[in-house]
Amino acid sequence: MQAQSKTKAANKLDVRKIFSRLGPLLALVVLVILVTIMSPTFVSPANLLNLLRQVSINAVIAFGMTFVILTGGIDLSVGSILALSGAVTASMLTSGFAAPLALAVGLILGAIFGLFNGILIAYGKAAPFIATLATMTIFRGATYVFTNGNPITGAKMNNSFLFQFMGRGYLFGIPFPIIIMIVVYGILFVLLHKTAFGRKTYALGGNETAARIAGVRTKVVTMLIYTISGLMAAIAGIILTSRLSSAQPDAGTTYEMDAIAAVVLGGTSLAGGKGRIFGTLIGALIIGTLNNGMNLLGISSFYQQIVKGIVILIAVLLDRRSSNNG
Amino acid sequence: MKIEMKKITKSFGANQVLKGVNFTVESGEVHALMGENGAGKSTLMNILTGLYPANSGEILVDGQPTTYAGPMEAEQHGISFIHQEMNNFLEMPVVDNMFLNKELRNKFGLMDSKTMHDQAVHYLSQLGAKFDVDQPIGNLSVGRQQMVEIAKSLMTDAKIIIMDEPTAALTEAEIAQLFSVVRRLKADGVGFIYISHRMEEIFEIADKVTVMRDGLSITEYATKQVTMKQLVKDMVGREIDDFYPDRTPNFGPVAMEVKHLTEKGVFSDVSFSVRQGEILGFSGLMGAGRTEIMRAIFGIDKYQSGEILLDGQPVKIRDPQDAIRHNLGFLTENRKDEGLILDDSLHDNIVLPSIDGFVKHGLVDEKATDDFVRMLMKRLTVKAMGPEVTAGSLSGGNQQKVVLAKWIGSGSKVLILDEPTRGVDVGAKREIYDLMNELTDRNVAIVMISSDLPEILGMSDRIAVVYEGRITGILDGKTATQESIMTLATGGVEEHAGAI
Repeated sequence: MQAQSKTKAANKLDVRKIFSRLGPLLALVVLVILVTIMSPTFVSPANLLNLLRQVSINAVIAFGMTFVILTGGIDLSVGSILALSGAVTASMLTSGFAAPLALAVGLILGAIFGLFNGILIAYGKAAPFIATLATMTIFRGATYVFTNGNPITGAKMNNSFLFQFMGRGYLFGIPFPIIIMIVVYGILFVLLHKTAFGRKTYALGGNETAARIAGVRTKVVTMLIYTISGLMAAIAGIILTSRLSSAQPDAGTTYEMDAIAAVVLGGTSLAGGKGRIFGTLIGALIIGTLNNGMNLLGISSFYQQIVKGIVILIAVLLDRRSSNNG
Repeated sequence: MKIEMKKITKSFGANQVLKGVNFTVESGEVHALMGENGAGKSTLMNILTGLYPANSGEILVDGQPTTYAGPMEAEQHGISFIHQEMNNFLEMPVVDNMFLNKELRNKFGLMDSKTMHDQAVHYLSQLGAKFDVDQPIGNLSVGRQQMVEIAKSLMTDAKIIIMDEPTAALTEAEIAQLFSVVRRLKADGVGFIYISHRMEEIFEIADKVTVMRDGLSITEYATKQVTMKQLVKDMVGREIDDFYPDRTPNFGPVAMEVKHLTEKGVFSDVSFSVRQGEILGFSGLMGAGRTEIMRAIFGIDKYQSGEILLDGQPVKIRDPQDAIRHNLGFLTENRKDEGLILDDSLHDNIVLPSIDGFVKHGLVDEKATDDFVRMLMKRLTVKAMGPEVTAGSLSGGNQQKVVLAKWIGSGSKVLILDEPTRGVDVGAKREIYDLMNELTDRNVAIVMISSDLPEILGMSDRIAVVYEGRITGILDGKTATQESIMTLATGGVEEHAGAI
């Protein structure tokens, strides 16, 4: 009797698990079908590549954000980090520095900004929301100071093939930002699901005290996770700067919201401990498909925001219902 | 007011907590309620105040059968319960805490701050307490917060006040003041139910004492006519049957030695050692500091001074990772909050402390961890569908085995077990005891904290007794008795030898 009910519980658990893993994918498929019916041009290769390129920047940020949210944290500063590292890279290029150096400095700076967030949160014991809200403002302000409020652009920036290639290049006919997104996805997927660090990330998000007692250096892991998030923001910054051939001081504003939305749509719990990076990829694609589809359908951008918000609400409410039933 | 509780029974699921308890208290007396942890004292009080209903039995208030719908109603009828953990909002002013949910309103429907302030001062001054009632209650010492609690009871015109371990966090001076207040209120006709572990307090303040054990009220005495020895005997009077497996220990050299470990206000001058193959029991009352000592050793909390030696070498343990590297393991008393990640799989839980050892070329060798986890689950007979189910879906006993599997898997040579069988059913308990024997046969040294005296006596080779952060004695497991342990654990002096 007892064994039977246990089996039943386990089966129910599995069904739920499968549903929560496949739910976002299912939603994406339904969305794609709907958009295709309403606007057949949606599935043209050109439009799909365009969609993926549009998605790539948000996806890269959201991959980093997945680690942060898995630990129960949040990183609001990614948009500002994107702008500041993009601006520094652009400025170095226009000053004549070699592109590899300029790119490296931009990426390292992003990682350092992220590390700074991590130190505030792990050692300063600041709440992630507040700490990154503050650094979001600081980094944004620093970007305005650094750029004097003007876009950084110039002929020298376009002299570098490497830099141009980041946002506008093609490899085997595929826009390079998509390649970057796929490579970053692959690396972070392995990091999250195949390494000890990934296990510790989940453990930290699932139960910080238990993780600490089991020997996880929770502060070190926290620091590294925010560093990853900062680095991802910097990668996105370089893609964006290259695509626009200029660094805008207000670049990346509200990007943190799209990234958080992608993570949440992908089924990762804001409470931490539960979620997968695959879900985040799907979440980013859902947002991208919504944007792209509504553009194709000629829906005004004012209405687009309302629709996006409603979709996020529905996703969260469905997620809550399925976890309450357990 | 006279309250008579007659033949009260109460079960939670299959667990019968109260098996027909009788208890009586009336105005103008202090009636102490004693018993080991888990004897059912709190349950009895919660039934009296209506937090949950009794399964059978009756409560007579001044001769009338009565049940209260809840603590609020009990309070309105003059029964007030001061819990051990005071649920104050520490940032809020004293007066606001006192009038929470009972705010006085003036004729405009707004809060009448003036009257509330005056009343707060009035009731506190009745207790001889004078301090600013507009400061946050968190600024007050625990003793003063206790006074606020009593003042709250007076505000509701309490006839019977229940106090659960009121002196647990008080200083000597605060205890003296509390007692003088209790005596004064008693003279005014207030009755007290006084729950405490501390013998000397019972004899100082109580008129009557009832001992509870295993959900039964054993005896009621007038305090004047009973000895401490008799009370201890009543509290622990169980026979130890052959529930505990035989131990044939074979001691090796000292595995861990702790010297003069001190953290001010928590524990002081703690020294003990445990040999390979030995089980060292740690006994003492709740809050005596046993867990805190172990947490400090394991690097979870800090300590001010003292030394830890492993295999004779002094070691510095800064955090649990260091402890694990030195082959220490720690099964915490609260497995749900500290021992397990309930939403994670058994696999992930078991492998966590050992994860760094499974990294090959930067990646976790999943085949190896899977084999490792299956082997441990089999060895510990964890009953589960497989390593992939979540830890939260298992029963208490199986969860505890998963925590043990973690630490056995990480290669612990010194294993600290804090309440290893709490919340575990009888069958799984025996399995855990067998496992402890198996581990000591393999030269693992075990330090076992337990509040279950028969368990301490049944499993320990030696028994360290902790009272208020100090080891008051280390007894030989063969000659120790429940009485000798309880005497040391309640701050009494061990008369006959036995300390080694």
